[in-house]
Amino acid sequence: MSDVVISARSVGKTFGSGADKVTALDSVSVDIFQNEFFTMLGPSGCGKTTLLRLIGGFEQATSGQILLEGKALNDLPPFKRPINTVFQSYALFPHLTVKQNITFGLEMQGTSRKQADGRAEEMLELVRLEEYGDRVPSQLSGGQQQRIALARALAPAPKVLLLDEPLSALDLKLRKEMQVELKRLQTETGITFVFVTHDQEEALAMSDRIAVMKSGEILQIGAPREIYEAPTHRFVADFIGDSNFLVGELVDGGAGERAVKLAGGSVIALSQDVSDQRKGPVTVSVRPERLGLIAGNDANADQLTGTVSTVIYFGTDTTYQIDLGNDARLTVRMQNGAGAKADFAEGDRVAITMSPDAVRVLAD
Amino acid sequence: MGNLIRSKRFWLVAPAVVYIGFFMAVPLLQMAYVSMLERGDYGGVNWGVFSMDAYISFIFERDLMDNLVVNTDYLEIFARSFGLSAMTTVFALLLGFPTAFYISTQPQSRRNFLIFLVTIPFWTNILVRNYAWMLLLRNGGLIDGALNWMGIETGGLDVLYTPYAVSIGLTYTYLPFMVLPIYASLEKLDHRLVEAAFDLGADKRRAMSRVILPLAAPGIAAGSILVFIPCLGAYVTPELLGGGKFMMIANLIGSQFGAARNWPLGAGLGFVLLALVLISMMVYSFKFKSLPEESR
Ligand SMILES: Nc1ncnc2c1ncn2[C@@H]1O[C@H](COP(=O)(O)OP(=O)(O)OP(=O)(O)O)[C@@H](O)[C@H]1O
Ligand SMILES: [Mg+2]
Repeated sequence: MSDVVISARSVGKTFGSGADKVTALDSVSVDIFQNEFFTMLGPSGCGKTTLLRLIGGFEQATSGQILLEGKALNDLPPFKRPINTVFQSYALFPHLTVKQNITFGLEMQGTSRKQADGRAEEMLELVRLEEYGDRVPSQLSGGQQQRIALARALAPAPKVLLLDEPLSALDLKLRKEMQVELKRLQTETGITFVFVTHDQEEALAMSDRIAVMKSGEILQIGAPREIYEAPTHRFVADFIGDSNFLVGELVDGGAGERAVKLAGGSVIALSQDVSDQRKGPVTVSVRPERLGLIAGNDANADQLTGTVSTVIYFGTDTTYQIDLGNDARLTVRMQNGAGAKADFAEGDRVAITMSPDAVRVLAD
Repeated sequence: MGNLIRSKRFWLVAPAVVYIGFFMAVPLLQMAYVSMLERGDYGGVNWGVFSMDAYISFIFERDLMDNLVVNTDYLEIFARSFGLSAMTTVFALLLGFPTAFYISTQPQSRRNFLIFLVTIPFWTNILVRNYAWMLLLRNGGLIDGALNWMGIETGGLDVLYTPYAVSIGLTYTYLPFMVLPIYASLEKLDHRLVEAAFDLGADKRRAMSRVILPLAAPGIAAGSILVFIPCLGAYVTPELLGGGKFMMIANLIGSQFGAARNWPLGAGLGFVLLALVLISMMVYSFKFKSLPEESR
């Protein structure tokens, strides 16, 4: 994971002009590495497809450039790029058999018929549809079509495979299966996958790295764990998993560490390295499962306290809504099971415990 | 209840059924009958006197000794008609496909306007259009004159009253029938399939030959039929642009009912044509069924 395969440098893309001008991408920069499962995650309309189409060559960037292994792709048409796409709609050729679909790309490269047929067999085996070579796409189920689309895109052994929400048309069970399958294919083939989704769970489960996008910008790039545990923006913390947000002020926590003082006077210790330059109001995010509860009268003066307003039992865990006063609210999720701590009931006074590394100061 | 609805529905199509049944089936049967009768000496037929002369004389004629000898005159006219119709279909396809393709790549608002332009020739009477072509094609006519004016000495274009003139006129007349079905199939074509072809390394030419053309095949086939079949029955254009020298089937049939006063032969020729068309349609539809896209 060292060589950069795809590099986007300040890539911008606008559609239309004048009053109808839409900025789909706003100066996006990202490096995607060899052999990586890279995911672009974001809500509808944030520009994921646009970025993918720019890499594929189906759209021209308005500004900036995209490099493939260090060489600018600029005006290279799609058919000259060693990049293949798995389209959301699969886009299998309805007039060709499964096998002919798979050999299409190879034929375009001038591979001999015999070799192409061999490769098609290999690909069908890879996606576990050996028996289906002679069918036409309309005789396949959605999941099977999906796999053939994959096999077709993988057959010419591209440097990069682009996948635009390839699983969104599948039902949940099949989707889970295909997630595993995709991950396996990526590892087995060693091809760089650039995967687009708006499903955060899918992104976390499959990716080596995730880029979280919002309205034409990339907010954060990082490994799934990093994105989940150390979100940099409120949007990221909110979009991926659940999060609590608390507003306070950055203060000195002593011993060279910094801390956040909340409106109610309680102080939260930080382990995060926050620049000394930063002062004034900040928002911090804490995941509900990183919080703990103790009885209110055990609390010390600095600790955050509140009243339990709702208790929801989920089987594996229980969620407590804590009313902090001043209209502030917190969600705490605690696991049930053998070593579970005492239950709390609605109306109980509680104090909230959190370890400093659970708290993230956000950039916005 | 269901029966009631069904019978009500039947009444919806009843007028059409009666109309077609009466005005098409009845005359057709009448003509079939006529084709199997003896010709009347002054036109018409001798009702009730059966004879297969019409069908025999399609291929044979009687020499002075009353022996049957092969006569290829009518066969030649049939062959010419099929040849001219095929040529016209090819011309219409060569002109029509690029036109339809161009229209299908335009923005929606412009497409409707262009399709409207394609249909404009329908607004003018077919005779007027054919006379217009005579003015264009004749020696010293508009095209000839323009060529000479540009310094290309034609020494007379000599196109009018040739099979080419007929084919040019027919191509013009039936071009919209080629453009419209091809356009319909291209418009339906999923653009993402073309993108997929590009993505897999096909350049424009190969995206056309491997993806667009095969997917437009039903439209091309429909257009070809819609041009070929009416061409076979063309009457006005060969009469005017061929100057009556290059008879096509319809002219031959017309002359049998007219000047030649041989109604049974006229009717018989009509049925031979019908049979040939039906057979070729059957062959065609059989062939088309075997393509994979039809097996969905
Ligand atoms: N061809 C186009 N013309 C005009 N605007 C476009 C075009 N394509 C995309 N856009 C706009 O650009 C923005 C980004 O679109 P894009 O398709 O990249 O979103 P996305 O992140 O893929 O969304 P989704 O998850 O819904 O697929 C949207 O506001 C969209 O309306
Ligand atoms: Mg999209």
